[in-house]
Amino acid sequence: MEQKPTLRILSRRNLVVGGTAAAALAALLGTGRRSAWADEAAPAPAPTDPASAAPVAPPSADLVHSAQFEKALKAILKEATPTIGEPLTLELPELAENGNVVPYKIAVESPMIDTDYVRTLHLLSTSNPQALVASFHLIPASGKAAVAGRMRLARTQDVVAIAERNDDVFLIATRKVEVTIGGCGNE
Amino acid sequence: MTGTTRIKLPEKPAVGEVIEIRALINHVMETGNRKDPEGNVIPRNIIKSLTVTFGSITILKAEFGPGISSNPFVAFHMRVPGPGELVFTWEDDAGQTTVERSPLYVG
Repeated sequence: MEQKPTLRILSRRNLVVGGTAAAALAALLGTGRRSAWADEAAPAPAPTDPASAAPVAPPSADLVHSAQFEKALKAILKEATPTIGEPLTLELPELAENGNVVPYKIAVESPMIDTDYVRTLHLLSTSNPQALVASFHLIPASGKAAVAGRMRLARTQDVVAIAERNDDVFLIATRKVEVTIGGCGNE
Repeated sequence: MTGTTRIKLPEKPAVGEVIEIRALINHVMETGNRKDPEGNVIPRNIIKSLTVTFGSITILKAEFGPGISSNPFVAFHMRVPGPGELVFTWEDDAGQTTVERSPLYVG
């Protein structure tokens, strides 16, 4: 049912993945732990050109992400390839003693005018029981594309923010949070 | 348990100023992942959404999953169009709707 994206390399500078969600995942989370799709794509050699090994947010190589997360990411991005980082920022503590209450802040530098604004901000967890934590729909009259709140983290993991602009450009950012006592109830 | 809300608005912002608005509601945000001592799953009941309107404009529509902490709190922004009233509407899984109205005065 779920299509396994295939990885093919067109050129050393052009790493194309069948599913953009998978591409974003690879870029964001590194490939320390292979997920199902990575295994399928195994024959493709890793790009060696430093320019093609794009600088991304620090990958947390030893972390897994849930199938739930992959699905949620794909549902948001559809066919789009997200831009990593700037002008999107995701603020979270590096260490959360209590996973039940972890403050987050998502912000995008945007003029928030009719022709250039952020439509939606999404917050995702890579290994909570449910991946999509929240979505915030904004309008130019929001004035500023920034939201804050408190989230639950079941365990140490990467948290992902996605911003959707009115020109259909997607921005993505990730932060790793060490969790001492997990939230989300007993598991 | 459910229903107590707290809204924080700046006192007298200027027209055109971008202000921060904070909204909180007391709610257990039961995830549906927990079990009671007998091992029965405690049914999920979370605040699913918060909608904030100013006149006919929907300033913010937020959708929440169980990954949001109990007593969900949101800080967001608005460019002040003028004096008026902000209406906050929260909805939970049990179908309970909580509405809070806050007048916005301008300086």
